[in-house]
Amino acid sequence: MKRVYVNEQWCLGCHLCEYFCAFANSGQSDMARALKDAVIRPRIKVEEHDGISFAVNCRHCTEPLCVKSCIAGALSVKDGLIVIDQDKCVGCFSCIMSCPFGALMPSDTGVMQKCELCTSNSAGKPACVQGCPNRAIVFEER
Amino acid sequence: MKYVIIGNSIASVGCIEGIRKTDKAGSITVIGEEPYRTYCRPLISYLLMGRTTEEKMSYRDDQFYVENMVTCITGKQATKVDPKQKLVALEDGSTVPYDKLLVATGSRPFVPPMVGMDRIRKKFSFMTLDDAKALEQSLTKQSRVLIVGAGLIGLKCAEGILDRVKSITVVDLAPRILPSILDETGSELVRKWLEDRGLVFHLADSVAEFLDDTALLKSGTVVPYDVVVLAVGVRPNTELLKDAGAEVGKGIKIDDHCATTIPDIYAAGDCTESHDITIDQDRILALLPNAFMQGECAGSNMAGQEALFDKAIPMNAIGFFGLHVITAGSYIGDDRLYQSRNGYKRLFIQDGLLKGYILVGDTVSRAGIYTSLIRNKTPLEDIDFELICASPQLMAFARKDRAAKLGGVQ
Repeated sequence: MKRVYVNEQWCLGCHLCEYFCAFANSGQSDMARALKDAVIRPRIKVEEHDGISFAVNCRHCTEPLCVKSCIAGALSVKDGLIVIDQDKCVGCFSCIMSCPFGALMPSDTGVMQKCELCTSNSAGKPACVQGCPNRAIVFEER
Repeated sequence: MKYVIIGNSIASVGCIEGIRKTDKAGSITVIGEEPYRTYCRPLISYLLMGRTTEEKMSYRDDQFYVENMVTCITGKQATKVDPKQKLVALEDGSTVPYDKLLVATGSRPFVPPMVGMDRIRKKFSFMTLDDAKALEQSLTKQSRVLIVGAGLIGLKCAEGILDRVKSITVVDLAPRILPSILDETGSELVRKWLEDRGLVFHLADSVAEFLDDTALLKSGTVVPYDVVVLAVGVRPNTELLKDAGAEVGKGIKIDDHCATTIPDIYAAGDCTESHDITIDQDRILALLPNAFMQGECAGSNMAGQEALFDKAIPMNAIGFFGLHVITAGSYIGDDRLYQSRNGYKRLFIQDGLLKGYILVGDTVSRAGIYTSLIRNKTPLEDIDFELICASPQLMAFARKDRAAKLGGVQ
């Protein structure tokens, strides 16, 4: 299955992936209107330290601890993709306790959100990949 | 191959999914006492809060049993396991033959004897959907609820019903709340948070006697009540296998394959003892993730694969009125305490390993990175210790480890 991977030697730490992610999942058509003055809640997160940076999002694990730990049956595997049913999620944080990548976080409604490789929005293919100015983030089979 | 599963909760579903990874054809029969398809038991408090519905609480979708070709016998109790003839007897006198059996009988509320219990007119446990429905029916805006037990179950119940009752009083023998998962600092912080929302606690105290509508506490305090919820603790349901001759301690003894001491019989979930790798000892870990992973492991082994479940640790994620608590592992060794604006973090380190943590309030983000250090017994000397103490982050790992984690398929 194709996943999002980050080549950390190319990452500039510009955080544009976070903005493109937040925009793609905002449901709005104008980026400035969607993000201006807003606290963004991206599903991809850039880590930075000492001149190194890289972005982290859901790895779509083949043995997903988040799915196995979900007390609400809200997380599941659909054709290799880990998806969340936000209607079932109660915001208990069990997935945050379990994910070894720190790739789930609360949405603005309190239930969890995660990267679904832009399959549940209108971006078509992962917006973080499309928006990365240095092609540090790629979408490929490994 | 005839697979039989006694129990119809999380471990049971894990087992079905574990079996079907390899064996697409064998027959699977599930025997469940409750008249429901598998539902999410920890959600009963959310149901009473209106945060979920009975329909949404279903653990798997409507097609689960059909797609996995599972025959369900619900509303009936298994009364005996005969390992010689490989039969499970049901309460109606019928028998179900098995080649491989999973016992996932869960646990039941433990109710210590208290004087005057027969005088309580509205008395409930809080474990099952039926418990929640019965409790809900008895509540009115005028109800004064007395909860016996300030553990996870009692306090989640309190959160679930606070808005629909007049008052909630919680009594516990322990001097502090949530003693199984929190240190004193955390207990006090969460207690104050709950008191601010109207809960009244009587700790280091217990009910001396129940009268018709008042409870007399050992301390002399008198607590008027209309409804009592008993949430003192739970006990594993081990009798079926004990009677069949399996080794049983506090829970059913199982190995890393989730096999019991009787051939072709496996066990998983709250009825078992797990091997807690943080202390290298067997103990009861009645946790949903544990139940699922044990069930899944048992299922794989029942279907002829070799699967191990050898990473059991205590872990809990729980929240009350927006205050979140995540804990894992054991609170042993040296500890490091970090205060934050709205909470704190405490890490426990022994023999160069992270052994446990307590995260309360605004420190819970990305907690799973800490959990993975405990589960994988990652030597702390291999990572940037100061960075990882500051916050859970992948940056703390060496570049090559990071590349392996992020660059491949997990």
